[in-house]
Amino acid sequence: MINIELGHYLSLGGVIFLLGVVGIFLNRKNVIVILMSVELILLSVNINLVAFSTYSNEIAGQIFTFFILTVAAAEAAIGLAIIVSYYRNKGSIRVQDINEMKG
Amino acid sequence: MIAHTIFFYFFSIITVGSALMVIASKNTIHAVFFLILDFISVGCLFIMIGAEFLGMIMLIVYVGAVAVLFLFVVMMLNVAEQKQSWFRGLKSTHIPVGLIVSLVILSEILVVIGGWKYKANFISTDSIIIDSNFSNTHQLGSVLYTDYIYLFQIAGIILLLSMIGAIVLTYRKREGVKRQSYINQISRESKTSVEVVEVDFNTGVKIDD
Repeated sequence: MINIELGHYLSLGGVIFLLGVVGIFLNRKNVIVILMSVELILLSVNINLVAFSTYSNEIAGQIFTFFILTVAAAEAAIGLAIIVSYYRNKGSIRVQDINEMKG
Repeated sequence: MIAHTIFFYFFSIITVGSALMVIASKNTIHAVFFLILDFISVGCLFIMIGAEFLGMIMLIVYVGAVAVLFLFVVMMLNVAEQKQSWFRGLKSTHIPVGLIVSLVILSEILVVIGGWKYKANFISTDSIIIDSNFSNTHQLGSVLYTDYIYLFQIAGIILLLSMIGAIVLTYRKREGVKRQSYINQISRESKTSVEVVEVDFNTGVKIDD
C-alpha cells in the first residue's frame, strides 16, 4: 500500500479505461463527449505502457506510447472534422439525432 | 519513497476524479476543461515515474493541441445549449447493456489485479530503476531514430494523411467569393495578355474595359 509498485499504475490505467467505456455507453449528450471518452481510453493505454516500460527498464514501451500519441492526435483531428461537417449538414450532433444508418 | 507514494495518490485521485467529471458533466465545455486537467495530471505522473519526455509531450500535444481543438470545436458548434440530463430517454436499450458490459469489464480488471500477486516473477517491481547517466530524452532519441525509424516515418505519413483528410472533410466551396485561379494565372502568356498599341498624337488610346 505504501510502496508504489507496478500494480498501482496498472490499476489507475484500468480505472481510467473503465471510465472511458462507461462514458461511451452512457452518453446521452453529443458526439464530442464520445470522442473525449476515446481519448481517455488511449490515455489509459499510455499509462500502462509507460509503467511497464519504467518498471522493466526497457525503453520500447515509451516509444510505442509516442506512436499511440501520434495516432490519437490524428484520430481527434479526423473525428472533429467529421463532426463539423455533420453539424453543417444536419444542424445537430446529438446522439439521438444521428440515426441515418438505423444502427 | 514516501514522497513517491504521496505524489502518486495525489495525482491519481485528481486523474480519476477529472475522468469521472469528463463523462458526467452536463456542460460540454466543462467536460473539455476536466479533460485538460486529466491530461495534465497524467503528464505529472509520467514525469514522476521517470518518463519526462513523454510527460512534456503530453502537455504540448494533448493540452496544447488536442484539448484546444476540442474546445474550439465545442465553442464553434454552439452545443452548450443542447445540454440535457443523463437518463432522460430511458427507453433506449443502450444504458442497461452498457452497464452490464462495464460491470463485466470492471470485474475482469479486478480479477487481473487480484491475479497479479500470483504472477510469474519476470521482473522485480520493487523500485524504479532510473539510469542517471543518460537522460530520458537521450535514451528515446537513440532508439527512435535507429531501431524504429520506419515506424517514425509511418507516423509522419499518418499525420500528413490526417491533415489532408481534415481539410477535405471541412472544405466547402462558397458562391460569390472571388478566389485566385492558379491555373489561369500560370497559363497566361504574353501574346494574349499584352497588346502593343500605336498611340496617335493628341488623341490618346481607347482601352476597352
